[in-house]
Formats: sequence, C-alpha cells, structure tokens
Amino acid sequence: MTQHPASFAADARQGFIDIFPLLLGAIPFALLLGALAAQKGLSPLEMGLMSALVFAGGSQFIAVDMWASPVPILAIVAATLMVNARHLLMGAALAPHLGGLPRGVRLGYIAIHADETWAVGLKRATRGPGLTPGYLAGMLIPFYLQWPIGGVIGCVFGGLVTDPARFGADFVFTAMFLCLVVGLWRGRTSAPPVAAAAVAATLGYLYLPGVWYVFLGALAGTLAGALDPAGVKAVAAREGRVHAG
Amino acid sequence: MPADVFALDPANLATILGMAAVTLIVRFAGYLTVGRLQPRGRLAAALESVPPAVLTSLVAPMALATGPAESLAAALTVLAAWRLPVLAAAAIGVGAVVLLRMVL
Repeated sequence: MTQHPASFAADARQGFIDIFPLLLGAIPFALLLGALAAQKGLSPLEMGLMSALVFAGGSQFIAVDMWASPVPILAIVAATLMVNARHLLMGAALAPHLGGLPRGVRLGYIAIHADETWAVGLKRATRGPGLTPGYLAGMLIPFYLQWPIGGVIGCVFGGLVTDPARFGADFVFTAMFLCLVVGLWRGRTSAPPVAAAAVAATLGYLYLPGVWYVFLGALAGTLAGALDPAGVKAVAAREGRVHAG
Repeated sequence: MPADVFALDPANLATILGMAAVTLIVRFAGYLTVGRLQPRGRLAAALESVPPAVLTSLVAPMALATGPAESLAAALTVLAAWRLPVLAAAAIGVGAVVLLRMVL
C-alpha cells in the first residue's frame, strides 16, 4: 500500500459518507423483512442468522415468501441460487479493480457486497481515486451490520402482530415485488421476460402442485429474455458502457 | 424476552445454511473465474432476466388468479410504483387491497 497510515480514518469516513443515504434506505426493508419472517414463524435468531449469512435482500424476501411448514428447503435454496446468480456478473465486474488490495480485504468485499456497496465501490474505483482498505471498511461494515440488526428488530416487533391478514399483510409481498419489477423495468426489452413469466407462472399455479409455478415462470421469463434479440443487444450496449466507464 | 427469540428449528437452519452456501458460491464464482467466464450476449441477457422473471412468477397467482380485489390492487401498486418510492407504493397497494376486499 502506498497510502499514508493516517489516511485510513479519512478514507473510512469518506466510505461511510458515500454509503450513508443508501444505508438509511435499506433499514426499512430490513425491518419489514423481519416482520414478515415473524409472521412465517421464523424466530429472531433465525432471522438474524439468515441476514448475516445470506446477506442478499431480494433472495431473502423471496425465501420468506416461500417459507412454510414443513419448510420447502430445496425449492428455497434453488430460488436463492437463481435470484443471486446476478452476483456472478457483479463479482466479475469488481475483480479488475481489487488488484492493489490486501487479500483479506478483497475476499471480504466479495463475500459481503450488496447491490448498494457494489455500485458505490465500483464508482469510486472507476471514476474516483480508487479503492482503499479504509474506504471499503467505512462503507462495508456499517452497511453489513444494519441488515441483520434491522431484521432481528423487525422480527421481534412483527411477532407481536396477531391478526396480520386484517392489515392486508398477505399482500405485502405481492405489492413489494411488483414495485421491484417496476424498478427493474428497462423499457420495451423488459416486456418479454415479464409477460412470459406471468403467463407461465399463472398456468403453473393453476395446474401444478406446490411451488413449481415459480420455476416454470422463472424458466419461461429467463428464456424469453435470452431469445429476444432486442434484449440481448441492449445488455451488450450497457456492458460496453460499464467497461468503458 | 420470550424464550422463542432464540428458537432454532433444524430444518430452518438447514435452509438458511443452504441459502448462504449457494449465495457465497455465486459471489466468488464470478470473481474467481473472471477472464475465463465473461457472460455476454444471450447468457448475459438471460442472467439479467432472472430477477424480474422470478419476482413476476411469485406475484402472478395473487395478482392474476386470486380475485378482482387482488388484481385491481396489483394494478394500482404498479401505477403507484412508477412515481413513488418502493415502500410508499407498496403501502398504497396494501391499503388498496384491504379496502377493495371490503367493497368487492
């Protein structure tokens, strides 16, 4: 490392400042996830363990939605793998920028990057002064810690609500996931995957047992995305921009 | 504190560990194979389609095959989500389903 030792604290402060608005934005989701998990019968300890070990919000909301008794373990693990497969791309995008960092810092960043810390770190690496251990510590550690802490708090208080259906709690997942789909919408190229998934999942729900409709819909949507020439072209164009950026 | 704060069901723990394992694998696989595996073209488009496809699949039964109150509330949620932050739009959708279930 070439930095002056005193710059660790300054870098850490800058990392914290850069992630802070996103950290504040994530806390309500941590609380909500915990509250929903409580309604599915997960204990605060189980919620905290899941958030600390998995640390991937989207997949955790999906897992908690699928949680039942007995727990469909293979279906949940498979769904987690599918949803988190995008980390393949994210880890690959980080790799070229981590060269100068100590091994422990590199592996730590890969192990606990979230969409938020990935984006902020990549911006600093490509358009800023680059990544340092201090910067990553100041950014990653607070953002990591809020997730299990918020989840446990939400789970403790969510367990106190006795009649969730009266408040439309069974619709919370539907409403949130619809909002996330809107957030992921990238114009016309998003239509084929979403439409194919909607049709296939509805048919699967009506005619297949258990949670197979999730996989049928996911498969149809993914294939539609891969087979749509306009979608492939759009991804290639975006990738080009990232690499050039 | 109630005792069940620390409840740990073996099946739940196994599921959590399974989720953690596959997530760590994809995190490190992309990092370690960079240069050898650079998803491009169809594979990149497929990977990018997975999150919206899974999310859409999860909401489809409630949004399309449960009842008019749920379908209408789902449509309202989508409209709200174009303008508002996620939590605000989701709150509107949940409020709408509560009201619509009373009316319809």
